[in-house]
Amino acid sequence: MTEVNEAPEGASSGGDAAEPLLKLRGIDKHFGPVQALYGVDLDLPAGQVTGLCGDNGAGKSVLTRCIAGVHQVDHGQIYFEGRPVHIRSTRDAAALGIETVYQDLALADNLDIVQNMFLGRERLRRGLLDEDSMELQAAETLSTLRVTTVRSIRQPVASLSGGQRQSVAVAKAVMWNSKLVLLDEPTAALGVVQTRVVLDLVERLRDRGLAVMVISHNLNDVFEVADRIAVLYLGRMVAEGPAADFDRQSVVEYMTTGSSGGRPFEPAGSASGEG
Amino acid sequence: MTADPAETPAGTADGTAVADLTAAPEVAAAEVPPELLAQSLGQYLRAWWLRVRSGNSGVLPVVLGMVVVAVAFEIVTPEHAFLRPSNLVYIFGLSTVYMVLAMAETVVLLLGEIDLSVGAVALFGGVIAFKLVQQPGPGWPWWAAMLAALACCGLIGAFTGTLTARLKIPSFVVSLGMFLLFSGILVVVLGGANGTVSVSSSAPNQRVIYDLVQGLIAPIASWVALAVVVAAVGTALWLRAAARRRQGLVAPPASLTAIRIALVALVGVAVVVICTINRGTPLVTVQGVPWVIPIVLVVLGVLTLLLQRTRFGRYVYAIGGNPEAARRAGVSLAAIRTWAFALCSATAGLGGILLGSFFFGEYSTNTADPGQLVLYAVAAAVIGGVSLFGGRGKPVHGVLGGLLIGGIAYGVSLLSLGTLATPLQYIVPGGVLIVAVLVDVLSRRGTGSVARA
Repeated sequence: MTEVNEAPEGASSGGDAAEPLLKLRGIDKHFGPVQALYGVDLDLPAGQVTGLCGDNGAGKSVLTRCIAGVHQVDHGQIYFEGRPVHIRSTRDAAALGIETVYQDLALADNLDIVQNMFLGRERLRRGLLDEDSMELQAAETLSTLRVTTVRSIRQPVASLSGGQRQSVAVAKAVMWNSKLVLLDEPTAALGVVQTRVVLDLVERLRDRGLAVMVISHNLNDVFEVADRIAVLYLGRMVAEGPAADFDRQSVVEYMTTGSSGGRPFEPAGSASGEG
Repeated sequence: MTADPAETPAGTADGTAVADLTAAPEVAAAEVPPELLAQSLGQYLRAWWLRVRSGNSGVLPVVLGMVVVAVAFEIVTPEHAFLRPSNLVYIFGLSTVYMVLAMAETVVLLLGEIDLSVGAVALFGGVIAFKLVQQPGPGWPWWAAMLAALACCGLIGAFTGTLTARLKIPSFVVSLGMFLLFSGILVVVLGGANGTVSVSSSAPNQRVIYDLVQGLIAPIASWVALAVVVAAVGTALWLRAAARRRQGLVAPPASLTAIRIALVALVGVAVVVICTINRGTPLVTVQGVPWVIPIVLVVLGVLTLLLQRTRFGRYVYAIGGNPEAARRAGVSLAAIRTWAFALCSATAGLGGILLGSFFFGEYSTNTADPGQLVLYAVAAAVIGGVSLFGGRGKPVHGVLGGLLIGGIAYGVSLLSLGTLATPLQYIVPGGVLIVAVLVDVLSRRGTGSVARA
């Protein structure tokens, strides 16, 4: 594999060629007296992986939850496919095609892979669960994502390794014709080999034309898969742009000080910094 | 097809399987139900044995427990009377009460909750049904009285469930309160400490209730019924496997399906043989299968269908496994919990009616101790293989555990121990319950599902 920052194909560089799938403008969010997000702008283009970085407490999770519909934004506008939308609940997000894979995966250990993938959206036939059709669909989704290391898709999730669990959670998220997948710390609990499996999976999502946002502490992972990088610092978006405009050093500086080399972020191509 | 199970790719996934780099193979194999991987009977047995050895033993402990109990009591009871057909049929009748209560408790245990009020609510339901058919008195038809009793119990369960699910009070506390409450109300409804209520086989609207446990199916009809049940179960199993194979899904090997059907037939034949041996006196012939056996099978079928093949059941398991996952999947935890408690209590109500019928149609404050009943119900479910921690177990486990508990309870009472008999009614099942819980805890530890959570 190439080592770092595979630059995205020329045309999509900078994200201005086409309207991004999801566009956040001036997002404010506070919890009581605590302001968590200050006027955050963010573009998530289709067919690209955006790495969202930031130190603890920078607002990564809050921003993710605002997009996922867990929190509602106080001010600012969310555009989805160019249209302004209000995401008031996780159901709203799912209806738009936004799926979130949380860090704790939200899988029921005692249920098998098929049951987990269809949890809450079971198919029925004559009022009863249509197990066979769900199993076929789940198997197809897993095989298109090339998640083939599981022995049986009818085995309980408890028996899977960490990487396999993450793969199942991701497959669950993409099975519903989703357009945007948010991955919260997808490799945090994984070893080297399993991390590889998950990063490959993220690349396959991008190849399918999905917009992907990866929230991660691990800069190795971010540089490995991200086409674009966005850095939050104390609730403000301090840098956002093609991954090629960043190196490890600058990302760390943005994460810890909010600027790099004493200067705020200036993207090489177009202006999309923060306000 | 005799592919090594280790190389079998997932479901219909194409054969581009990469080596399983991530999972420790023995652990994974131990957790996977053997029929998912086995392409032949030999492989199935090997996979099954691996599962048993890793602590995931399914119904094996309860079946072994039954053998041990049967042999032990046969040896120690006076005149080696334990396995006489008359005693066995008596145990079947007694056990059906525990079976129904254990199946009821299973619904709530699957959620990771517990309902300590099943005993009191069951007795209350039984008394309500008996009161409603009294003549002179309400004189309701038997079915209306039973439905009303079950609805009553269901409402009680819904109340318990609401307190637990909406107000987030631990079910242990709520149901303990309901247990005490209804233990008291029961005595009031019965009309004081010496009150009784009974049904007789001579009153037309009471006869069915009396016959629930006491009524017998004639031997010929018993055999016909058995043939119908085995044929139905066999056809269902066979068609199911065939349908899966047709769609390209992994199905158990045909030999395994055949063995399962044979096992069902074998158990059925054994039960019918035992029940159709004349167990009366030389003058009075008593033979036939008690009505309650098919009734319990129907309850088992309905609950299994609800829990395994409906959304409600799937959500019950999901909540027991990971409530947060269920909540994020859009499941209404409060509604599912409330319905589960209602279903538990309504089922328990049926158990209470069966109990009255078992005691020859008479209900008194001495009929049963609600505390002992709930102990037996929980013990039966857990011994049968239902996890106290939620998410694992099936109604059939309650049936097996109920039979074991019934055998123990009756065996102890056969021992003519004088003053020791009553305490032993608690000591033996209590000890068995503790052992069963230990097995539950240790098997969870063995499979690592706790460590990974």
